[in-house]
Amino acid sequence: MNFDFSDDQKQLRDQARKFLAEKCPPKAVRVVLDGKEPYDRALWKGFAEMGFLGVAIPEEYGGAGAGHLELCVIAEEVGRALAPVPFSSTVYLAAEALMLAGSDAQKQAWLPKIANGEAIGTLALFEGTGNPSPKAIKCEAANGVLNGTKKPVADGAIADLIIVAARTGSTGRDGDISLFLVGPKAGGVEAKALTNLDPTRGQAELTFKNCKAEPLGAAGEGWSIITQVLDRAAVLTAFEQVGGSDRALEMGRDYALDRIAFGRPIGSFQAVKHMLADMYVSATLARSNSYYGAWALSTNAPELPEAAASARISATQAFQHCAKNNIQVHGGMGFTWEFDCHMYYRRANALALGLGSLSYWEDQLIDRMRKRNAA
Amino acid sequence: MNFDDTPQEAAFRAEARSWIAANAPKQYEDELRATSLGRVGLKNADILEVAKAWQKKKADAGWACLHWPKEYGGRGSSPIERVIWQQEEGPYGKLSGMFIIGHGMCGPTMMAYASEAHKRQYLPPLASGEKVWCQLFSEPAGGSDVAGLRTRAEKRGDDWVINGQKIWTSGAHYSDYGILLTRTDPTVPKHKGLTMFFLDMKSPGVEVRPIKQASGHSDFNEVYFTDVVIPDSQRLGAVNDGWNVALTTLMNERMSIGAGVATGFPELFDFCSNLMLDDRPAIEDRNVRSKLASWAVKASGLKYTSIRAISALSKGERPGPENSIGKLVAGPMIQDVATYALDLQGAAGVLSGPEAELAGKFQAMLLRAPGTRVEGGTDEIMRNIIAERVLGLPGDIRVDKDLPFNQVPTKGRS
Repeated sequence: MNFDFSDDQKQLRDQARKFLAEKCPPKAVRVVLDGKEPYDRALWKGFAEMGFLGVAIPEEYGGAGAGHLELCVIAEEVGRALAPVPFSSTVYLAAEALMLAGSDAQKQAWLPKIANGEAIGTLALFEGTGNPSPKAIKCEAANGVLNGTKKPVADGAIADLIIVAARTGSTGRDGDISLFLVGPKAGGVEAKALTNLDPTRGQAELTFKNCKAEPLGAAGEGWSIITQVLDRAAVLTAFEQVGGSDRALEMGRDYALDRIAFGRPIGSFQAVKHMLADMYVSATLARSNSYYGAWALSTNAPELPEAAASARISATQAFQHCAKNNIQVHGGMGFTWEFDCHMYYRRANALALGLGSLSYWEDQLIDRMRKRNAA
Repeated sequence: MNFDDTPQEAAFRAEARSWIAANAPKQYEDELRATSLGRVGLKNADILEVAKAWQKKKADAGWACLHWPKEYGGRGSSPIERVIWQQEEGPYGKLSGMFIIGHGMCGPTMMAYASEAHKRQYLPPLASGEKVWCQLFSEPAGGSDVAGLRTRAEKRGDDWVINGQKIWTSGAHYSDYGILLTRTDPTVPKHKGLTMFFLDMKSPGVEVRPIKQASGHSDFNEVYFTDVVIPDSQRLGAVNDGWNVALTTLMNERMSIGAGVATGFPELFDFCSNLMLDDRPAIEDRNVRSKLASWAVKASGLKYTSIRAISALSKGERPGPENSIGKLVAGPMIQDVATYALDLQGAAGVLSGPEAELAGKFQAMLLRAPGTRVEGGTDEIMRNIIAERVLGLPGDIRVDKDLPFNQVPTKGRS
């Protein structure tokens, strides 16, 4: 047993941190936040050049074939820097769905393009208010043609490749759902960018009108694939959240050391110290749960579903807790546009929702624990 | 990152498992399993006798104090082997409760500061459970402020004479020996005038008075010293360097990290799985699930945090102050879990003992939990440790820091 990243993986982390510190300072994040660009194109190109996009993609499909532990390491740095690029939608959702369910031809067609930064991908799952559920999917597919509306779709307005969950049956069961792949040349897709809590990661509404789509995976297997993709994305997103939590904690700590009030650094007051200690505690618990998730993901262990749900819940709570209290430590300054605190607060709350909200994952976790106990 | 046993670890696990299966006191297993936090007691046997017998059996077969060197009664095991042992020992591990302070704190302090002859004399019977040790630090005037203690040690020839009082001393009523922190120079600032000793608890002038706790039980004591004589050869460390010796003891408390910190969660999960609420299992209720999930990730987070610490330990890193997190999370959690389990029982939650649900397991937990948040450092002290020693925030302002101890104010509103 060795419950830590290897020296090589730690080196990769340092490399990614250094790269992001240089190419993705807060002012670069703000260019996207202010709506001047939908995402940071130069940074995205840099991600491709550094090999971040294809780190977990097998070499035969143009990736580095390193594995998911390496991807976790990069995800943490992406979260720490709030990188305003469509990383999670492309890498955690589209690429994972392709790797899990794609035919060899589909993988050949798309994975190299994802790895080299040519293609942005996403998963179109949600249809308005509510959490992931087969029943909530009204979008229909018949004879290779899609009809329906999806929202919100992460990075949907800039995606070249859209994986769509659609209804192909009417039994009311999981088997009614199938996945489809929609490429850029398919007619009949209308994309509308939507305003959202965190403009550094875009959201869109996609409308499909008799849109040509090719099946991804077997008919009726859609829900099972989605569940697996969400579990995998939950672990990877947890690392983004862990990175964000750590950075928010650092910002709070640094401010508490620098800011003098009543003749002392505010970090010398127990009320402030204890708030920062609690942030450390939640960030640490999240990190540990995420490590377990990383191990389960990288070995495809039977524990993955439970580990993923634990990592997801713990990291969601931690990032929200740290981002919120970072603002509190900063006092009035923390609430200004000028300070970076709100960017973490936005990201924390957006990441908390993107793969299904906390209550969905709480439900998942308890179901999975019961199943294990019954086994 | 690998979560599975290596072949060597798997072999150790198999050996431990088969030895435990052949030797464990199985007649007590159900009772041991049923107690969580609260009080480990046996209906028809003296728990101390049973615990001592199990410890001796382990020692004779080389399974006691796994991480100690062999010459002092241990096994020289790796930190990971210790965790594997704890996992395999399961409910029988609860029998080690009365040895925790001796094995985790007194023994390592002796190892660091006692003479070789004393180590060989005192450590093996401590490892085997034949002799029980306690730690005499806290005082009425110095709980969290450990260095504020007032028990005096005065040199008389080759001996020291001790007068004063300790409090919150776990297990003093059945301990054979203790390590004792005293004040030897009141004219210097408080951390600079302390000296550590070990002593025989049966020495003339030592009086142990059990304290009745809020739970109704008596696990702690007041200990009074009246002209107790300790030979200078039983001093641990230099005169007036007791604070550094005490820090060694407290650091070793962190070494006793394991993968099985009690949180009350497994008990609550079982309870909610079986309890019927509105004609269906409580665990199917939306609100119950949400609470359970939040506690589940705390419990698993603690488990994997300690496994990360053990991984670091096995690579030769020292356990740092970040390990204060275990008690800080688990303490309040046990209290909240117990409160919630009683809430689910409605008005019947008020009952305790055999009349109550699960023979009052959660009620016992509720009454014991406040102590968990205080003993070994309060929640507030744990947060200070994390804030100051992990995050690097400024220390609290200490107005007594440079004052000679005998000039430190002793009264509040005067």
